[in-house]
Amino acid sequence: MELKKTPLWAEHKRLGAKMVEFGGWEMPLQYTSIIEEHKTVRESAGIFDVSHMGEILVEGHDALRFVDKIITNSVSKLKNGEICYSPMCYENATIVDDLLAYRFSESKILLVVNASNTDKDYEWILSQKDNYNVNVKNLSSDYAQIAFQGPKAEQILKKISGVDLSKISFYTFTLGQINGINCIVSRTGYTGEDGFEMYFQPDAAVALWRKLIEIGGKEVKPCGLGSRDTLRFEATYMLYGNDIDDTTTPLEAGLGWTVDFTKPVFNGKEVLLKQKENGVSKRLRGFEIDGGIARHGYEIFDGEKKIGHITSGTKSPTLNRSLALGYVENEYSKIGTEVLVDVHGKKVKATVVKTPFYRGSVKSK
Amino acid sequence: MKKYLKTHEWAELDGKIATVGISNHAQEQLGDVVYVNLPEVGKTVKAGEVFCSVESVKSASDVYAPVSGKIKEVNKALESTPELINKSAEGDGWIAKIEVSNPKEFDNLLDKAAYDKFVKESE
Repeated sequence: MELKKTPLWAEHKRLGAKMVEFGGWEMPLQYTSIIEEHKTVRESAGIFDVSHMGEILVEGHDALRFVDKIITNSVSKLKNGEICYSPMCYENATIVDDLLAYRFSESKILLVVNASNTDKDYEWILSQKDNYNVNVKNLSSDYAQIAFQGPKAEQILKKISGVDLSKISFYTFTLGQINGINCIVSRTGYTGEDGFEMYFQPDAAVALWRKLIEIGGKEVKPCGLGSRDTLRFEATYMLYGNDIDDTTTPLEAGLGWTVDFTKPVFNGKEVLLKQKENGVSKRLRGFEIDGGIARHGYEIFDGEKKIGHITSGTKSPTLNRSLALGYVENEYSKIGTEVLVDVHGKKVKATVVKTPFYRGSVKSK
Repeated sequence: MKKYLKTHEWAELDGKIATVGISNHAQEQLGDVVYVNLPEVGKTVKAGEVFCSVESVKSASDVYAPVSGKIKEVNKALESTPELINKSAEGDGWIAKIEVSNPKEFDNLLDKAAYDKFVKESE
């Protein structure tokens, strides 16, 4: 199958990016160095092409009720112009995908989903329609998306923004012009830093990309998926397919704050209620690794007994420590618990540590 | 004179001791090196077999022994500054010194020109 290309593909090639396959897309992994790009986002600002993300629009009289049925968080409780992060679960409470829900109005919600899951999500959402009066459209190819992330993102973006960015609070959005292009602009991101995500028509992508690089000067770098992953990892944001998937539930992943049990119905509610009452059997935790680097799939032990597995891990560029996320049986989930991780056939000591590993400039509600 | 493997390691023989590491091309492909899983001194290694690994931010890569022999010394500087491999893969970023058991194995390795040609063709 031929890989899909974003409208910025030629820009990445021109900048000499190392390209990789990701979720069916040919995407930039890095332009210069993952660590350099990572540090630029932590210290000033980085620009990411995230046009591969999927956008699914739910419109109609029952939009709120329908979205609240398919996700665990609640869009009914949002005001228009607000956003929530949420897992979307199967009936058995394992996770179809995690997404952002943008509430435009009571009858219009935009779901932003993972690139690799877009088709699966769309099919799943359609299958849930029943008698709900909604119209579901996959608009993914109508939108390009750029994320502009870092403590200096606002002051730089201001130069080309037709909207007052200071009025866009964390997890809200507005419609307006950036660089003269109509955009959805939200104060959201996947890096742990303050910043914005912009959605707009694909043919405007190159001009905006170049403009951001131009006005950013030395303070801004284009950043690839490599640093996007290390940044989200330090902030302990979930990566679907690594940390959460169709074998894990939101409560096991520590996403209890995204589950609104006051909603009358939603997919997975029964199982999640049981897990809430009886406790979960496994739990996603942060680990500090004592020697080597633990990667996705490495096994966690107590002596000879297998007690879990690593879901993500790297050497944190900001903290310079070898850190990992992984599921362990509940009895090993207490902070400070020592376990062993099999790193290349050698059992290495690991300690359960607090997450997030790092808090950046991201605003909180 | 340095000689190379198609798996992107190099070795340079001085008497009975071969200094080994990964090629500059390999370090470019890996990106930022953040950890080197050094072999144990005293361990016997066999040409063509994995004898240690180098980890970038993204992934772990096996390193193959260019020659057979016994590990005499490892580059301890890589423990605290693994990025030496990015800065100087074929110099200060060497990984280990191996006391070679069969110097003839060197004849099986590629010289610089042949290796460069191989890299170019595989791109």
